[in-house]
Amino acid sequence: MDTGLKPVIAGYIPLLDSAVLVAAARMGFAEREGVSLKLVRETSWANIRDRIAVGHFDVAHMLAPMPIAASLNLTSLAVPMIAPMLLGLGGNAITVSADLWGDMAHAGADPAGDPASTGKALAQVIAMRRGGRQRLLRFGVVHPFSGHAYELRYWLAAAGIDPDKDVEISVLAPPVMADALAEHQIDGYCVGEPWNTAAVAAGTGRIATYKQAIWPDSPEKVLGVTRKWADSNPETLSALLRALSAAADWCSERENAEVLAGVLCEPEFLGCPVEICLPALTGQMQFDQSTSRQIPDFLTFAGGAKASPTPAHGRWFFEQMVRWSQAGETSASVREAESVFSSDLYRAALGLAASVPDPVFHLFDEA
Amino acid sequence: MAGAVNGAAQHFGCMKISPAHNNGMSDGLSILVIDDNRIRASIIEQGLRDAGHDQVILVHQMDRLVRQIADINPDVIVIDLENPNRDQLEHMFQVSRAVRRPIAMFVDRSDSHSIEAAVDAGVSAYIVDGLKRERVKPILDMAISRFRAFSKLAEELEEVRTELADRKTIDRAKGILMKSKGLSEQEAYDLLRRTAMNQSRKIIEVAQSLVIASGLLGGEA
Repeated sequence: MDTGLKPVIAGYIPLLDSAVLVAAARMGFAEREGVSLKLVRETSWANIRDRIAVGHFDVAHMLAPMPIAASLNLTSLAVPMIAPMLLGLGGNAITVSADLWGDMAHAGADPAGDPASTGKALAQVIAMRRGGRQRLLRFGVVHPFSGHAYELRYWLAAAGIDPDKDVEISVLAPPVMADALAEHQIDGYCVGEPWNTAAVAAGTGRIATYKQAIWPDSPEKVLGVTRKWADSNPETLSALLRALSAAADWCSERENAEVLAGVLCEPEFLGCPVEICLPALTGQMQFDQSTSRQIPDFLTFAGGAKASPTPAHGRWFFEQMVRWSQAGETSASVREAESVFSSDLYRAALGLAASVPDPVFHLFDEA
Repeated sequence: MAGAVNGAAQHFGCMKISPAHNNGMSDGLSILVIDDNRIRASIIEQGLRDAGHDQVILVHQMDRLVRQIADINPDVIVIDLENPNRDQLEHMFQVSRAVRRPIAMFVDRSDSHSIEAAVDAGVSAYIVDGLKRERVKPILDMAISRFRAFSKLAEELEEVRTELADRKTIDRAKGILMKSKGLSEQEAYDLLRRTAMNQSRKIIEVAQSLVIASGLLGGEA
């Protein structure tokens, strides 16, 4: 049956910030732009990377640094990619075990999750543990090339903790983080929602700080597209970007949060209880069983100019790769990272102004 | 092949996990298969053993996998793409000093046909850096063909299941018609078939509608 719609196959990982893709496919935004968007759920970022490389997927939900890592040939099956749209800002948190939070609270950690305060408290706990010859604390992140890894490392380093010497950082799949914490395999982790709330709800974890407090309004997931596909399908990509922008605007409306949570919880997508999806979507975060905070921009979706990538974003992620010895710094690499996050395609698709000044970044430890 | 010699020597460390009988036919490569689908894992294991590889170790559980891999020290790791722990494994290969560094099988992209075949079949492989690809290619080819065979089996099984369920539904629809309209079994079936033809639908769809409607109306469903 020919519907006249242009088919697009998108791979995604079942996380709250797959919402824009899910809404575009389910709420009619894709069809309205003449796109038939088929979503394929995946179980690992490695699968997303491999399947977009061999052409199973046209586009994918990706960790923001992944298209840069692919373009710079830092991973296997690397192909040149672009990140023509931001699919979500914020949305991650750093959760620690109830035991570790107990020690941090004793050292004066801010219950509201101020990153400077909680980082300082963690540094004191680590110093005491070193004195008591206790083992290194272990933290989990979802991927080495992820906002999670860089946020955790940034937060630790700002408090004088060496992420490569003073703690151990390993990679775990998001859905297993809360269990690994409960079983004391790790002492804390940085992950997207709803996997922090899952540990809080189980009573085994406590949110120590969060992405929006570390680097406000920073990109988390992007739409990843191979340069090859983007070059061969410019009109389809343009239509898809308009559809995703409209879907993101819809997702950003507070009054749609319940409907969105209901769709995301379906077995086809996240397959989880609706209660654990709602906090991040409504900004009503629960840090532990007795502390809740209203953080309206904890996780934000937005279309329009707010979802535009900028070369400065690409540069920031690349600087983190250099800082943590994942990449060597050359001027060619910097330019490549900037071009992965070029705003040209997105702005052209939405008819936005041809250029805008770089966004002002304000990380928590910068005066 | 220093890597392979080293692998064979180290391999004795994992005899307790899976006793391997070295009958002299082996090429000395130890192969770790990570797949929580036990049936598929056994099919692959059998294929590898038939091909003369006698150092095949199956792992179903991801618990303490890092430790296990360090103990087993495999030359080749075969993993199914449904496994949610691929990111963890790849990271561990990158940073662990306890493990000889395995790299993705297709890191040079010279064999794009193999890459696509593997991803299509749902399998990925890692080999210890430095191992000659010619030695490993037959192992991957074997894994790809066994994964495909398994998917085909699973599909066929699903078809048989659906067919059986369809037949049951049609029998129930016939029963409803026989009871409510006093028809014989043949007449009931003919009525279903005629209705399906008139409405350009499949018999099973008509039967399903009838069973559901009858259930809703409180009849025998």
